[in-house]
This record gives sequence, C-alpha cells and structure tokens, in this order.
Amino acid sequence: MKRLFAAALGVAVLALPAKASELVTDFMLDNGMQVVVVEDHRAPVVMHMVWYKAGSADEQAGTSGIAHFLEHLMFKGTENLESGEFSSVVAANGGRDNAFTSFDVTAYHQRVASDRLELMMQMESERMVNLRLNPEEVVTERDVILEERNQRVENSPGALFREQLNAAQYQNHRYGVPIIGWKHEMETLSVEDAQAFYDTYYAPNNAILLVAGDVEPEAVKVLAEQYYGAIPTNPDLPERVRTKEPPQISPRRLTYNDPRVAQPYVTRSYLAPERNPGDQKTAAALTMLAEVLGGGQTSVLSQKLQFEQQKVVYAASWYNGTTLDETTFDFVVVPVPGVSLQEAEEAMDAVVAEFIETGVDSEQLERIKMQLRASQVYERDSVSSLANRYGRALTSGLEIADIQAWPEILQAVTEEDIIAAAQMVFDKRKSVTGWLMGEEEVTQ
Amino acid sequence: MIRFVVAFVAAVAAFPAWAEINIKEVTSPGGIKAWLVEEPSIPFVAMELRFRGGTSLDLPEQRGATNLMVGLLEEGAGELDAQGFARESEALAANFGYDSNADAVSISARFLTENSSEALELLRLSLIEPTFPEAAIERVRKQVLSGLRSSLTDPDKIASKRMSAVTYGEHPYASEGDGTIESVTALTRDDLVAAHKGALAKDRMYVGVVGDVTAEELGPMLDALLGELPETGTALPERAELSFAGGVDVVDFDTPQSVALFAQPGIHRDDEDFFAAYVLNVVLGGGGFESRLMTEVRQKRGLTYGVYSYLVLRDLADVYLGSVSSANDRIAESISVIRSEWARMAEDGATPEEVEKAKALLTGAYPLRFDGNGSIASIMVGMQMDGMPVDYIVNRNDYVNDVTVEDVNRVAKELLDPEALTFVVVGKPDGV
Repeated sequence: MKRLFAAALGVAVLALPAKASELVTDFMLDNGMQVVVVEDHRAPVVMHMVWYKAGSADEQAGTSGIAHFLEHLMFKGTENLESGEFSSVVAANGGRDNAFTSFDVTAYHQRVASDRLELMMQMESERMVNLRLNPEEVVTERDVILEERNQRVENSPGALFREQLNAAQYQNHRYGVPIIGWKHEMETLSVEDAQAFYDTYYAPNNAILLVAGDVEPEAVKVLAEQYYGAIPTNPDLPERVRTKEPPQISPRRLTYNDPRVAQPYVTRSYLAPERNPGDQKTAAALTMLAEVLGGGQTSVLSQKLQFEQQKVVYAASWYNGTTLDETTFDFVVVPVPGVSLQEAEEAMDAVVAEFIETGVDSEQLERIKMQLRASQVYERDSVSSLANRYGRALTSGLEIADIQAWPEILQAVTEEDIIAAAQMVFDKRKSVTGWLMGEEEVTQ
Repeated sequence: MIRFVVAFVAAVAAFPAWAEINIKEVTSPGGIKAWLVEEPSIPFVAMELRFRGGTSLDLPEQRGATNLMVGLLEEGAGELDAQGFARESEALAANFGYDSNADAVSISARFLTENSSEALELLRLSLIEPTFPEAAIERVRKQVLSGLRSSLTDPDKIASKRMSAVTYGEHPYASEGDGTIESVTALTRDDLVAAHKGALAKDRMYVGVVGDVTAEELGPMLDALLGELPETGTALPERAELSFAGGVDVVDFDTPQSVALFAQPGIHRDDEDFFAAYVLNVVLGGGGFESRLMTEVRQKRGLTYGVYSYLVLRDLADVYLGSVSSANDRIAESISVIRSEWARMAEDGATPEEVEKAKALLTGAYPLRFDGNGSIASIMVGMQMDGMPVDYIVNRNDYVNDVTVEDVNRVAKELLDPEALTFVVVGKPDGV
C-alpha cells in the first residue's frame, strides 16, 4: 500500500493552475476609491463589499471600541434610509448582509442576486456620506455592544486571557487594545466619538469596493462611477501612521487564573514582521515556518509532543502576516493531565530548539507547497473568500501586485529561509508567555 | 454631502431565474445510489457521504463510542498509521472531514481531479479498513476528554446539555453524543470496532457528489470506495417522546452573562403546515435583524447581542428552540419580553407585510445556499435523508410563496404554546 502512495507522491507536481488572479480585475475611480472585481459566472449571485481602511488600531486613545461601535450604528438611519431599513431592503430582496471590524479594517457586505447589485451600491454609497446618528439609538446600541462583549469575552476565560496577552505583547501600539474595546471605555462611547471616526475615515479615498460573482468588470465600473464616483474625496484623510513598539528587551510572562478554566494551556507569542509592499520574503518564510512547526497532524510540534512524547493533547503554531503593522508568531500547547504547564512549556521550547538544529524535512515542505498550489484550485470554488483575501491585503498596506506575487513567493521559500526566519523571530527577550489555569491548578 | 433623491424600493415582484442545478441520479454497477452535479469548470470534486443514525446508535453504557470511533477513522487505516495517513492526504492535497451528530455520521471529502483515484483509495482505507490502533485510541480519547472537561465549565454547553436532558427523557437525544468523562474513559477497542460496523452500512448511506466527474466515471468510483461496506448495521432508535414543563430552570454558574435556551414542541417537515410554520418562525425569531424578537429584545431595549428561534428538525424529534444571552441583571427582562412576544404572536399573529417580507427573505436566500461544490453536495445529501425528490429545489420557493397570512396565523395559534415554553438559564440571574 505504501508504494502506491509513494508513487502518488512522485506525481504530486500539480502545475500552478489557471491562476485565481486571472479572475480578478481592478481599477481606480477618479475620487481615489479602489475597485476590485472577481468574476464567477456559475450562479447569478454577487457579493458586494465596501472595506474601509480604518479599524480599531486607528482609534484615538480613550475611545476603544469606537470602530466596531460605528459599524453597528451604520445599520441605523441615514438621510434617506430609516433605522434598520438597510438590512430590511436587503432581506426584502432576498439578500443577506452583515459587517465586521478588525484591527486594520471595517467592512460591510451583502450577498444578493446579481441583478440587485445597483440597489446595494445605491444604499452603501448613501451610508458612506449620509449617516444620521440618533442619540437615543446610540445609547441603546451601546448596551448591545456591551452584551456582545459579555458574550464574546466576559463569559470566556480564553478570550479574557487573549486580551491580557495582547496587552502584554503590544505596549505602545493599538494592537494591544481589544477590537471590541475595553469595557470601561465602551461604557462612555458617545455620538460625538462615532461621528468623529465616521467623518475622519469614511470616504471614497479611504475605501475599497470589492464585487465578486456573476458580474462583468465593465458593468461594475459604470455603476461604481455613478454611485461611489459621485462622492467627493476627503482631502483631510490622515496618513495611517501609528505609534511603534519600543524594542522589547525582556521576556514577559503572565498567568491568568479563572475557576471556569477546565483545560489549562500555555501560549507563546513573538513580535514578527508582517508582509510589506514589494517585501514579502520574510513573511513568506514565517508563513511556511508556522506550517512546518505547527500547522497540522504531521507538523514538528504534533509529531514530537503529541505522538512521540505524548505530553500534549494539542500543539500548534500560526502566523498571520497580512496586517498593517508588526504582527506576531504564536504557539499554543495543551498538556495532557499529569503534565504541568511548566513541563509543557519546556518540552515545546526543546522541540523548537532541536528543530532549528536539525532543519526542515524536505518532504514535509514539499507537501505543504503542494497543498498551497491546490488551494488555488479550491479557492476558485469560493470567490467570496478570494475577494476577502484581496480585501484583507489591500487594507493592510499591500498592493494588487503583492497579492498576485504571493503564491509564487511562498513556493520559492527554501529550507534555509525557514530556519533563518526561526532564528530571527524566536528571541526569548521578545516573547510573551502565558499560562491559563483554573483556580486549583498546582504549579511546580 | 451628496443628496440621494431616489427612493429605495423595497418590494420587488419577481426574482431572477436561478442557474439550474442539474442533478443526476446515479446508480453504480454495484447498486450504490448517488446524486451528482457535473461541474467540470474547476478540476476538483466535492463528495459528501452521510450514514443515518450517528451518535444515537450508541449503547447507553457506551455513550461517546460513535464519536470516538469517527475521530479515529483517519488515525490508522490499512497499513498506514495516523501520521502516515496524514502525510498521504497532505501529499495529494486532499481534505477529508469526519464528523458525527445525533442523526448521522458525515464524511466530507474534497480532492483534485488529477489524483482522484489515489485520494479515493485513501478515503476507502479510512472507511473500510480503519485499524483503531491502541496508541491512537489513547491519544484521541485524551483529546475527547479534554473537550468534555472544557464543556463542564462552558455556559453554552451547560445550557444545551441541560435542555436536552429535560426535553428528551430516556432517548439518546437526552445526553451528549460525545459522552461523559466516565463513559469515554471506559470505552474499549472492541466497543469502537462494533460502533464502526454498526454505523457505516449501506442501508443507511446517502451520497452527494459535485465537481469534475461524469456519471459514467462516478459509478465504478463509488463501488471501489463503498462496495465493501456491510449491507446493514445497528437498528435505529424509535422517535423521542418530548416533555416541556414550562417555567424557568436555573443552572447556577458563576459567569457575568446568563445564557438562556427556550423550547417547546416543534413541527415535522412532512406536516402540511410546515412551510407556514417556517414563515412564522422567520417573523418571530428566525429572520436575523428583522425578527420580532430581535426588534424587541435587541433593537428597542439593548438587552442582548442576539436572540434567535429555530425549528429544529431532527430525525426523531421536532423541537421549536430559541436562544438568548444577557447580563445577569438583565436576563429576567429578556425572558419576560420573549414570553410576551410568544403570546402576542399566538394571539394576534403576524401582519400581511411581515409575512410578505419573510417570504421574500426565504425565497431570496434559498439560492444563496448553493454557493460552492461542497455546499451543494451537502444540500443534496440532506435532501436524500429527508426523502425529498430531486425537483424539490425547483419547487421549494413555490411552497414558501403559497403560504398565506391566514395560514401563518392559524399555525401561530396552533403551534405556539407560551405555557409549554421552557427556559433553561445558566448563570447567576437576578430575579429569575
């Protein structure tokens, strides 16, 4: 049986497929709004999205959560839309709509029949400029986001722990402040805070229109010019310059005890460079490093800690380079009963140190590259995820050319690049280690 | 500022013609039936297999056997150990997902056209020749136990566990399919081998395939993949007998936000009033931002981030279920608003406008579900399990459109039972 598969391995050379990028067209409106169209004509459906280059890390100190709060308020009234009418019209037209906020972006999206695209543009362009905040509604909606925080964070010891870890990792950059906001600041968010964020950042020259589905780029262009093109540029749009982290010269550790924790675990993060325009090689090496070390069943951490030493039920590493500013490389190890967090942490460190000594298994690297090539086939089945990938990258400071070059940069990563990336990033002095434990947990 | 003078027209009469989903019913030379959509434009195939029964086939003292068994299918098969199996699937860039719930074992596969025979051979090994090595059993058992320990202090899990226990009496639905720490600890390799034999059998199997494969190619493929499965397996349980005591059942748990579930009897998919009930639910609590519950509990009062209701259609029980969560000092008000909305809908029904909006939402959103090969394969398997004909997809929106406001309001009176509406609340709720 093995031999059969060895043969399969031999032919696993999937040529780079018809590139996903061939489905993509992009252009710029005169007012500075970027437009990206992803074509998929298999079903008469379209995804219409507007991404603003403004997320929680763009907030003013003291108003944490305002980017996300504004996202909620965008579903309230505008000059020509009653409160709730936006979603109501989408629903009445058989569509679905929603929005999300992250550190670097706030995005609004609708999925509808492709012949309703114009209606979506009409409404989305309306709320880009004509939002009307009603003080009473703002106060009620603030209770909603506080309940959202309760649900997502206060009720989850893991989420509270992650907030603390982030705050320890970023001491001078807004990535250290939760996207949903600190509770005490959320409670004071005002109409004026929301209006100020809206006036500063919601403008065509700070937005990207992404349309994915059964559409022709030319037709999208005509509609985009009519609806979004009519909105004037905001000449006062601030440059996206954020405070930087000081050099980290000492490891940071924290322990969070919560009686609601039944399964303790250890986390580790290191500050790491992100993808930058024209400069993605290091990020590509880190992306591959995360896969090799802790990306799945056959990764180094799983193999050593879960299968050989049987010290953990789960071990993983990950890295997200698609951010505007400096990102992190992360680990988690979840020990089996009887193995202390100290022991799990030491075992993890030993495996990483040994990995740097022995180097990358070339067969494993080839399997990962094969999966990345295949992901370009699979991605064509989901144009909305393809569009999301563009949106995420373009709001993180990257250009179309960077996005399209990325798959080949990943394929070009060598074993030496991966080890060099590990040596660069895994500097204990620049680490944050966290222990999440129940109240009764005994440390050794 | 630009002024838009165009009015936003909400009501639109006709929806566009949706691309036809051309389903072929295929029977393999060996007699295996499948639904196929040929979609050659992208060189891969999505395949969904489902075996009716799922975790409800567990013997009472072996709760969690099916779940653990399914978790072990890719952890040793044929001559491959867990790592070997993972290496082969990675090298082929094939993805296999193995899952179980109270009604079915589900296998979702995605593989490239260029190495489909190797990928299917690998999948076959996991389904037909899993070896359940002792080392793998212990490793995966530890993962399951870790999950079970975590759910003991997860308010959402505590709530659903309690709701199942009070609703389903002696039926397997009354307990969690992943078992308890005690039952999973006690499972033996023999239990898992028996669970495998009992769950994965041809007499309860449904197959959906979408992608770059023709009907002619698919038949032999299915025979090679599934032909060796046993003809029959463990007998399915009877329908569940439900009980709803009404009132509020509080599970004391120290956390800032109370999590609540509420439930009452539901309606069967084959009931002639099913679509009226479906539309009713959209108006009441199933329609996202637009529903009455969302309007009253979230939009007007800011009591929650989300409140929803669902018609839960299980194979052996139909329940009308809802969920909400609010801070401990506000959950009482949420419950009171939900109760009064439930009663108001039963008494006064929905308005014609609400019914029309709900129908527009349902008919418009239906085609959006068919958004990729994997989703379509999954929908097709679900349709087969529910005994629906191939042309259901074409007719489904007509069934929704045929519902009248009179139907909805008659069903609201018959179905909605504020007395039976039973709440489970996990937290430290004030005034409940």
